[in-house]
Amino acid sequence: MSHILLKGVEKIYPNGYKAIHGIDMEIEEGEFIVLVGPSGCGKSTLLRMVAGLEDITNGEVHIAGRKVNDLEPSQRDIAMVFQNYALYPHMTNYKNMAYGLKNLGTPKDEIDKRVKEVAKLLELEDLLDRRPKELSGGQRQRVAMGRAIVRKPTAFLFDEPLSNLDAKLRVQMRLVIKNLQARLGTTTLYVTHDQVEAMTMADRLIVLKDGIAEQIGTPMELYDKPETKFVGGFIGSPAMNFIDATLSSDFDEIQFQDTKLPLKTKLNSQSSNIIFGFRPEHVTLVDNSAMSLHVELVEHLGAESIIHAKLGETPITLRLNGHIEAKNGDTLNVDIDADRYHFFEKESGLRL
Amino acid sequence: MLVAPQIIITLVFFMWPASQAVYQSLLIEDAFGGNTAFVWFDNFKELFEDDHYIKTVGRTFFYSAMVAMLSLSVSLVLAAMADRVIKGTGIYRTLLIWPYAVAPVVAGALWVFLFYPTTGIVSTFLTSIGYEWNHQLKGDQAMALVVVAAAWKQISYNFLFFLAGMQAIPKSLIEAASIDAASPFKRFWTIIFPLITPTTFFLLVVNIVYAFFETFGIIHVVTKGGPANATEILVYKVYNDGFVGLDLGGSAAQSVILMVLVIGMTIFQFKFIERKVEY
Repeated sequence: MSHILLKGVEKIYPNGYKAIHGIDMEIEEGEFIVLVGPSGCGKSTLLRMVAGLEDITNGEVHIAGRKVNDLEPSQRDIAMVFQNYALYPHMTNYKNMAYGLKNLGTPKDEIDKRVKEVAKLLELEDLLDRRPKELSGGQRQRVAMGRAIVRKPTAFLFDEPLSNLDAKLRVQMRLVIKNLQARLGTTTLYVTHDQVEAMTMADRLIVLKDGIAEQIGTPMELYDKPETKFVGGFIGSPAMNFIDATLSSDFDEIQFQDTKLPLKTKLNSQSSNIIFGFRPEHVTLVDNSAMSLHVELVEHLGAESIIHAKLGETPITLRLNGHIEAKNGDTLNVDIDADRYHFFEKESGLRL
Repeated sequence: MLVAPQIIITLVFFMWPASQAVYQSLLIEDAFGGNTAFVWFDNFKELFEDDHYIKTVGRTFFYSAMVAMLSLSVSLVLAAMADRVIKGTGIYRTLLIWPYAVAPVVAGALWVFLFYPTTGIVSTFLTSIGYEWNHQLKGDQAMALVVVAAAWKQISYNFLFFLAGMQAIPKSLIEAASIDAASPFKRFWTIIFPLITPTTFFLLVVNIVYAFFETFGIIHVVTKGGPANATEILVYKVYNDGFVGLDLGGSAAQSVILMVLVIGMTIFQFKFIERKVEY
């Protein structure tokens, strides 16, 4: 049985704005689920609906087999970590962590035991008597997580917990959170706008756009088989390249600009106008090919080179291993891995 | 140079009268200003030996403590409620801010109308349920009335500050607390109230100063310090002794004492406000 269940969950604001469009999802116990999407896509709203901080307009949310639509946040047995940590500034870190348990009427020695346990787990033992103000961002983040863990809730909810940290700390905390979650085995919903964070942490992820779940799946499913053009472009860095193309009448060849690419299998499409997509890393440089690009800019990252080029007017990004000698105005001939073609309908953006 | 205008204004309108008061407090003058004698601190000595004055001091402290407590607690409740109101916020707040625009004397007159022993609405009602109301005869009732009137006037001011203080608290803190299983009541006492302590403290000092010095108009209209001096606070006594009793020296000595009190309270406030807990 699923641990968290979303059934046709919708959110409509009083002004008529529909923030979430019927989302269905089953989350298994212990899964790490990441909600990812650009800002304003409704991912935080969805999380807050699970937490009980926003009303659910339509649909149902079940947590651990209980329908929680009408339950207060405190009755849902969840713990949440906020983007700005939301630590109580007038309490010591110890009291911050103990606050929830105290409200639940847990005996004092039990609280003490659990707080100390969690403090040890998060290496916060020396900081318990200080106040949040006296801590660095990373430490505050750990206290906020500690406050969630102490409660031993059914589920953790994270609302962009790492976006206030600097890049290095973010990578570190990513590992800390992932390890902790694996160790505690607590079902987790995690909201982020950072697709790298999403890809590296998630067991499964939901890509949201304008309140619609574009795709739900494992990171590799999303990478290998994006269901929509949006997912294709959102997951992966640098983003997938898209070219407007025409499908031949017998469905086995596409044409764009001066280039013709034969297809291995026939493509089933209503319209001959389609979008052809390929990832920057799925190309190889060749001496002679059907596709030649004009280089605009090369970024050398050491282990790899990112090449920004143009095919006619369409910008194309390439990601190649090693140090590529090329400069503005050069022409590069490339081959695209024929197993890694992606095709999308032009109108709907759906995968073909 | 640029602060010169301000310095001149301070000198002319504050320092000069203040020094005059200090000088005057060292003199004894007859009621018609004919004879003046320099008596050093005799006026002060006389004051501190005067039972009546000591009683007035005690009464003033009691009075301002009551005013501050009443107005702070009522406005705190109102602000806590306004903080939660979703619909009609604007109207609700505007209504609550109105009393502040009412002049003290008018406010006093209003309360007199309500509580006038023979014709007031409230007093008639109180009499009808068997409680005999006559603030013109009963000292404690008179005190209660001026306290209520003075507190009422200050509620809007406190309300504004409390509300601003509450709205400055990040919403996520309240949300975190509600996930941490704190009831709305508990959230208020364990999260909101501690976090607005700086505001509360500031308002406490402001309210005490207000009760001390700015409620003259209300008292003057409502009770004139009576009955039998039951509502005579220090400021009112300064006026009474000086302008009614024409004991200018004694009155000046009293105002010097008041001045010292204000300075003391101001220093106290600055010290604490500067030390105020930062988050």
